Amino acid sequence: MSIRIDKLGVVIGLIALYGMLAAAFAVLKPNRILQGQAQSITDSLPGAVGWGLLLVLLACTGIAVLRVPLWFRLVAAAAALAALVIAIGYAAGALTPPGNSYARVSPAAGFWILVFAFALLAADAISRLQPPPWLRLVFLALVAALVWSVFASGLWSGLSIMKEYSSRADVFWAEAAKHVTLAIGSLVAACVIGLPLGILCHRVPAMRPAVLNTLNLIQTIPSIALFGILIGPLAWIAVNVPGAAAVGIRGIGTAPAFVALFLYSLLPIVANTVVGLAGVPREANDAARGIGMTDSQRLVQIELPLAMPVILTGIRIVLVQNIGLATIAALIGGGGFGVFVFQGIGQTAMDLVLLGAVPTVALAFGSAVVLDALIQMSSRVPRKGQAA
Amino acid sequence: MKASATATATGTWLPRLLRLLLLVLLLAFLLSPQSFEPLLKPLVQPNAPAIYNQGSLLTITLLHLRTVFFATVAATIVAVLLAILVTRPFGAEFLPLSRSVVNVGQTFPPVAVLALAVPAVGFGEKPTLIALFLYGLLPIFENTLTALTQLPRPVMEAAKGSGMTPLQRLLKVELPLSLPVIVGGIRLSVVISLATATIGSTVAANTLGEVIIAGLQSNNLAFVLQGGLIVGALAVLIYHALGAIESVLARRAGSPAGN
Repeated sequence: MSIRIDKLGVVIGLIALYGMLAAAFAVLKPNRILQGQAQSITDSLPGAVGWGLLLVLLACTGIAVLRVPLWFRLVAAAAALAALVIAIGYAAGALTPPGNSYARVSPAAGFWILVFAFALLAADAISRLQPPPWLRLVFLALVAALVWSVFASGLWSGLSIMKEYSSRADVFWAEAAKHVTLAIGSLVAACVIGLPLGILCHRVPAMRPAVLNTLNLIQTIPSIALFGILIGPLAWIAVNVPGAAAVGIRGIGTAPAFVALFLYSLLPIVANTVVGLAGVPREANDAARGIGMTDSQRLVQIELPLAMPVILTGIRIVLVQNIGLATIAALIGGGGFGVFVFQGIGQTAMDLVLLGAVPTVALAFGSAVVLDALIQMSSRVPRKGQAA
Repeated sequence: MKASATATATGTWLPRLLRLLLLVLLLAFLLSPQSFEPLLKPLVQPNAPAIYNQGSLLTITLLHLRTVFFATVAATIVAVLLAILVTRPFGAEFLPLSRSVVNVGQTFPPVAVLALAVPAVGFGEKPTLIALFLYGLLPIFENTLTALTQLPRPVMEAAKGSGMTPLQRLLKVELPLSLPVIVGGIRLSVVISLATATIGSTVAANTLGEVIIAGLQSNNLAFVLQGGLIVGALAVLIYHALGAIESVLARRAGSPAGN
């Protein structure tokens, strides 16, 4: 049997080799702001451990380069990623001089390059395996469980980002809750308003251009400006409408952020509802009418279920977009992970930036995977006119 | 995002007139901001400036456009080349992965990309260019890929049958036919970049975000409004200009405007 080479594997292998041999694995900084000293894998990990990690990574790179069954590639990618995640925590403990509480250890370029290379390998294996939606959800749950257990075990506690976390753990979870509430709350509000509006636009075609053009126009206003513009009217409402201040409506803070995210969310939901309903096969509607369904029965039992995948695609766009945009809410006092990002930028403390950015990316990625699985599950029924 | 493109009504005279009016207003505001002062005065405290006074609005707008332009040009070149690569026989192995990378890439929030680029390249223009470039890649790549993989089969077979080499087919058939859809991707990408560039000001890039952030910091609604409205007007005008180019190209390629 001849050995066959996987072209993509060669590219991934080259990236991984660069990350292993040419780039630094970890940085040791005298404190949280100063520049640090870059360390290679064998410098950051004591003797056998460093060489062990290199061996594991080289073996997984070898598997990537050869054409082996996809499952095997996925397992190799997962093993390499797990080894990296554990090794970086171990490196933090090994590099920090004993008794020095100012020194900080952060992952360096090499670590991120290796994570990127093996994440590519995993992504490629998964996209070629085409696992059913439930299995993808299982993968996501496994990854989440692994990350959570490493996080809870204290293995990473020597890393700089975790030191930033431990000095503000309470604030972190409060901001996390705010971030999720902002992103999901505005999505729910947009669904409550946007779905009926979309249905109305479908039934009354004359309304369509006006509604969609207005919503399109809102999307062109940059987010920081929309946040700012809403401060004025909301402050006015808080002062002049009795009871508004009591329910939390204020000029700055969560209220303008919520309203801005809500406004941005409307277009994808309304537009996709319209496109989804327009794609419902005429025969299905005719059959429903033929068996004597009323308009509202037809809507609930025929049209909405058939349009569901397209509507869910709109919801996916909105959720991912909102999780990202909610970071900017911090600029107007709306809270969320953006608080750490902007504090970090202000103090040039990049690990603090990471403390805000990494959970945001993870949250957005997780919700995208979950919604993609839901979309696929809801589109079992063959249909025509899949748009968006 | 693709659904949003279908919402634009083109071809009637009223929207065209409104856009012309918008262009005239925008130019007038940029060339002589002071003449608009009475309009914005009621929005600010009695002794606060109503027109941005820490730099010329025209210069900042041009810098904003320059940043978006360079990022979009770079993104277009890289995205189109990548899409061509993964649709050739020797690049086919990269196709499934490239799709999922694009999918995952879109989940990265702009602020995170911007903030993570700072440690690598420092503050200022560079992290903004990187973030805009990465964000611009996705829609262009996705559209180019869609266009190249969904070309009408009879046309492709006719090209093959007439003895064209793969390179000739690419340059004379595939790319010209895909051009309207590629321009559609560039259009989406530019509009996203115009808005995202404002966030660049949080890492000290010279964009219109500077005006908005100055307004947020000094509680000056007029600043926030003028910064936001200039970006909004630019986005609307450029979106429609590129849309017009797209439909001209589509007509030339002999298909209805690609969505």
